[in-house]
Amino acid sequence: MKKFLFSIALFATIAVQAQSDKYVPAMKENFKMQDNAKTTEDFQKVSATFERIGDAEKTQWLPYYYAALALTTPAWSDANLDKDENAQKIIALCDKADALTTANEDKAEIFSVRNMAATQQMLVDPQSRFMSYGQEAAADLQKGMQLDPNNPRLYYLQGMSVNGTPPQFGGGADKAKPIFEKALELFKAANPKPLYPDWGMKQTEEMLNQIK
Amino acid sequence: MIRNLLIIISLFWFQSAFSQVTIKGKVTDNKGKALPGASVTLKNTYDGALVDSMGNYAFQTKDQGEQTLIFSIIGYTSVEQSINIGSENITQSVSLKEELNELKAVMITAGSFAAGDNKRGTVLNSIDIATTAGSNADITAALKTLPGAQQVGEKEGLFVRGGEGYETKQFIDGTVVNNPYYSSAPDITSRGRFSPFLFKGTVFSTGGYSALYGQALSSAVILESIDLPEKSAANASISPLFVGGGFQDLSKNKKSSWGANYGYVNVNLYFNIVKQTPDYFKIPEFHTADANFRIKTKSGGIIKYYTTFAYSELGLRRPDIDSAYLKDAFSLTNHNWYNNLSWRENLGRGWEMNLGSSYSTNRDDIGQQIQDANNQPKIFDTASWWMQSKNFNLSNRQDLSQVKLVLKKKLGGISTLRFGGEYWYNYNTTKFNDTLHTLEGNYQALFAESDIYITNGIVAQVGARFERSSIINKLNIAPRISLAYRTGPAAQISMAYGIFYQTPENQQLFFSTQLGFIKATHYIINYQKITNERIFRTEVFYKKYEDLIKTYPAYNNSGYGYAKGVEVFFRDKKTFKNIDYWISYSYLDTKRDYLNFPLEMQPNFAAHHTASLVMKKFYTSIKTGFNFTYTFATGRPYYNFQLNNGKYEIADEGTTKPYNSLGFSVNYLPNLGKQNARTSIVLFASVNNVLGADQVYGYNYSYNGSIKDAIRPPAKRFYFIGCFLSWGVDRSQDAINNNL
Repeated sequence: MKKFLFSIALFATIAVQAQSDKYVPAMKENFKMQDNAKTTEDFQKVSATFERIGDAEKTQWLPYYYAALALTTPAWSDANLDKDENAQKIIALCDKADALTTANEDKAEIFSVRNMAATQQMLVDPQSRFMSYGQEAAADLQKGMQLDPNNPRLYYLQGMSVNGTPPQFGGGADKAKPIFEKALELFKAANPKPLYPDWGMKQTEEMLNQIK
Repeated sequence: MIRNLLIIISLFWFQSAFSQVTIKGKVTDNKGKALPGASVTLKNTYDGALVDSMGNYAFQTKDQGEQTLIFSIIGYTSVEQSINIGSENITQSVSLKEELNELKAVMITAGSFAAGDNKRGTVLNSIDIATTAGSNADITAALKTLPGAQQVGEKEGLFVRGGEGYETKQFIDGTVVNNPYYSSAPDITSRGRFSPFLFKGTVFSTGGYSALYGQALSSAVILESIDLPEKSAANASISPLFVGGGFQDLSKNKKSSWGANYGYVNVNLYFNIVKQTPDYFKIPEFHTADANFRIKTKSGGIIKYYTTFAYSELGLRRPDIDSAYLKDAFSLTNHNWYNNLSWRENLGRGWEMNLGSSYSTNRDDIGQQIQDANNQPKIFDTASWWMQSKNFNLSNRQDLSQVKLVLKKKLGGISTLRFGGEYWYNYNTTKFNDTLHTLEGNYQALFAESDIYITNGIVAQVGARFERSSIINKLNIAPRISLAYRTGPAAQISMAYGIFYQTPENQQLFFSTQLGFIKATHYIINYQKITNERIFRTEVFYKKYEDLIKTYPAYNNSGYGYAKGVEVFFRDKKTFKNIDYWISYSYLDTKRDYLNFPLEMQPNFAAHHTASLVMKKFYTSIKTGFNFTYTFATGRPYYNFQLNNGKYEIADEGTTKPYNSLGFSVNYLPNLGKQNARTSIVLFASVNNVLGADQVYGYNYSYNGSIKDAIRPPAKRFYFIGCFLSWGVDRSQDAINNNL
């Protein structure tokens, strides 16, 4: 009987341990899925998996962050995706992530995702949506940079936004270049914790090559 | 010990390797339609799946025993189901119920064109109104490019679906506007008093509108004023025709704002360059001033006040139709003062209040004189009484005070109930030569209306108005019913039915108050499909007129008529890159017997076919937008009635030539996109009737009917050029600095 109780206890320990233990492997496994994702549906599956991890963990902001991030990827290329609905989902996930962290650096990271969602909504009809979603996107970057002036991804996104704006509207490659350079500098100096966001450096280098 | 551990490990291993079961099933909505993208989660685990396009899901889990499955997707109520996981695979299907959602729910669109910023179902926004070529930022002119409105150019107003101009009413923040247009001379149209930039929302309803609005037989233009401005700004405008300036001040806490503007119009220079047909002995001159304040209340409501004052003068001479050498000299002085105070408040627990009030006073002093070749007044004796009747002085004053309360209560879900009442007090005087007539009265109305959502795809709006007019001492009850049903993701059908009443016009009431309400019954069916870049809508309507005012042989309500037709609207931003265009077409069949008409016939303000093409293209590389509007209407009938043996008869009739108009405008924004540019500059130029088409709106007849004279605009083309400047002070930087 004693042995039986012991085994139960040990099993229980393993089970409890397993919840946290499986967190890191599950995240890593899903990163792999994300790397292999191609279609919108693939990314939605990856996002849903991150969301389930978040729901089960209850205290981790990163799963929700990645769930939101995964939804931004297909929205750049899939013309048939309803950007407003997708953004609604992204913002809901960002809100969940935001509620689970108090660190300014983390919140700044979340603003980068919000910025992308707003930008994607703006791109549906830039002429009529620039005043609303365009400003929202710019405000997200501003708020993020205020929380963490050294987040390289925010500069990368700002660079993308400036580069995508026609020169007559105050954008263009010339104006984007120093921003990308600043982003690259910050990327090089960055030293992200395990599982923390580290995307963007490669894209920044590509952009710098492209606009030279 | 070792043995125990082995047991445990094997148990654990056993669990992980052998008890992996598959959970699968189907997720649909309550109509059995697949819900792709819905998520299925085994609560408190990482396990779960997304529903595929066929509505199926499947995943594997190692967890055992009593577990909970959660099914969820945005827009639907989530469902949790308990399952007991053993060694067998589990099939669990579920149907989810759609949540009622204001953003997704169908809207009633029969009869109404919504124009506004950030509104669903918007057809035009305020920039569209400003940049519609030919409109020169006049709301009414822009609305004329939508189906339902006639191309009437000889008088102001919107002539909608066989209705007279006075059958269309404008409402600002709920209350009716008595004199929405600048006063003008006979046969010359004039602009509206209100700039499109004062409003964040415009609804042009061509029939079947809500029970909240009354006293408009055919159409309602419902204008909702802007809340607080985005920033403090000063503005100035310069043109050969006018100068203006003003400012808006937004408080630092962004809770209140105030502002004032002044404008002066003088067309002297313009009339010297562009010759006008009439001989203007008093060049039109306008002074306008307005002021406003807006205060946000603690519970998210807003109090808004807007006042505008206008003074204008003009005088013109035209040949007299009854004589070869005499002239008609017409002069007009107008004073107008309009005030609107409104208060919107959240009362909590789903209640919202809209309190509107307004006061306006308008005075037109008109002088009409027959003059000889030397511009000296000419008097006639009673033998030529029809000539002498053209020598008169007329002074009209119209005062209107009103208050309107609308209470709104959210019912379960997104259904709403609105009800309230309104009270108007009218005071009108008219002094014809030395005879003064006074018309004083009030009008009261109670109304209630409910939007009942059965699902996101079906809504019914049921309402009624109870009205009383003291001048004619009559009561009425006007029921209104509309339905909307979604037929596809972006498509819907709506229907509207309603009875509309209107008190007779003042000029009729001055002769007799023994009259009843004039009445129209509307039946409308509308189909609409809106995607991001395209809008298609078509509407069929039938309108029955009853109790219209006859003025001959006696003043009574024996007039009647009908209007029926088909309308199509298509707007497309997709087919041609960077080109935004819309096409409107209206077919109208209408006849009426009213005033002194000898029989039921097509009125002179109605054309059978009307079509518009509006096109806009903005070139960002040169910061310039080009706008075209082409409008076509088939000829309108014209008549000359002659009294013969105590009966009016048609002495002459005909149809005008078709109406053509091509408008063009260009706007250049040199500072567009310049970062940190404090000055925003808009250079604007436009030409109406570029091709110089001969536009004939109708004919005037001489007293004996032997001479007819075409009614044409005072000049073939209208040119405009202007520069609009604004200097903005962005308070957002202040706000950031103050908070750091």
